[in-house]
Amino acid sequence: MKLIFTAEGETLESKLDPRFGRCSTFLIVETEDRSFTARENPAIGAAGGAGPQAAQFIGELGAEAIISGGYGPNAFRALSAAGIRMFKADAAPIGDLLDAFAAGELVEVKQATGPSHRGMR
Amino acid sequence: MIVTVASGKGGTGKTTVATSLAIALQDQDPLFLDCDVEGANAHLFLSPQLEETYEFGLPIPEVDGARCTACGRCAEVCEFHAIVLVGKEVMVFPQLCHGCGSCTLQCPEEAIHEILHPQGVLGRGVARDGIRFSNGNLNVGEPMAVPLIHALKSWHVQGDETWIIRDSPPGTSCPVVETMAGADVVLLVTEPTPFGLHDLQLTVELTRTMQLPTAVVINRDGVGDEGVDDYCREENLPVLMRIPLSRDIGESLARGIPLVDADPAYRKRFQQLAVDLCRIAEEGACS
Repeated sequence: MKLIFTAEGETLESKLDPRFGRCSTFLIVETEDRSFTARENPAIGAAGGAGPQAAQFIGELGAEAIISGGYGPNAFRALSAAGIRMFKADAAPIGDLLDAFAAGELVEVKQATGPSHRGMR
Repeated sequence: MIVTVASGKGGTGKTTVATSLAIALQDQDPLFLDCDVEGANAHLFLSPQLEETYEFGLPIPEVDGARCTACGRCAEVCEFHAIVLVGKEVMVFPQLCHGCGSCTLQCPEEAIHEILHPQGVLGRGVARDGIRFSNGNLNVGEPMAVPLIHALKSWHVQGDETWIIRDSPPGTSCPVVETMAGADVVLLVTEPTPFGLHDLQLTVELTRTMQLPTAVVINRDGVGDEGVDDYCREENLPVLMRIPLSRDIGESLARGIPLVDADPAYRKRFQQLAVDLCRIAEEGACS
């Protein structure tokens, strides 16, 4: 299963970036063998609409679920439409969160977790 | 003469100054524009009868799913990511849209047409003393004030006005820039406190960037410290009026009584202020 994490760096030791639309990196991880690739977030410097732009990018990457610190209303709407499940986690190393996800310990998000522009603060 | 009354800090007395300036100039048929569309309050002092209203909106895209081939061209050209392609579906985010029309023009399938997304309501009419008056009210939840202010600036204007007085929102952000753009002179209202000084400095940086002649009114004069006076002297900013902190004035304003009515001596002072503004606008235009 293919998961995407919002990450502060490009390895499994990197910490989760709690922001969705303004994270620096998307870490794409295959749960079977823990192989991964890193992609720069194209929306990080967007003047506006970072959530929808990042969501479009996630949709193109074709993952089943994303794990981040939270999702604003625009990001939530776009990710939902793309059929991507959203999970919420605290800022911990991605490798640990991968284990937590496998153990079913991460909470699935069913509505936006906060207002727009939280990642700007 | 177009004067924008502005301030970095909120609550310094923009509306107090702008409304009294309009009343003092009543013989010159002034037009008053309350450009603070997120918190209009000048009507409390000028009591306009709004005879006409206009619902303003931006043209936003609507996608015809039968024609759309999900090519993604619309999302590619949108500077604001207000239209995105997720999977095979094009989604529109109305609150992010600036109404530029690029997606509609660029769609190779002509699958996009525009619908009006209401943003707010403009009103116009005549206020006390025959003052022509307009204001705007941004709809709750709409994040962009600039297009509404832009519409307000031209809607009621005939082109032959002797005086247009624009009451600005506070701060130095886009709505303030829009309210200042095209003005002949900017009048900054501040108070003599470190907070007032800090925000005055930000606003002066803005008016200088926009190359607009600038003057200052110090409200609640006598409180605080000398910082604002020192700064105005160093920067050659003319201080055109000082309004002392007075309980009588405060009580009158709280009851909706304009400064020039609370203390009629101010009428002459505001007429002189208008003369000074003309001079500063002219000097600024020459230099």
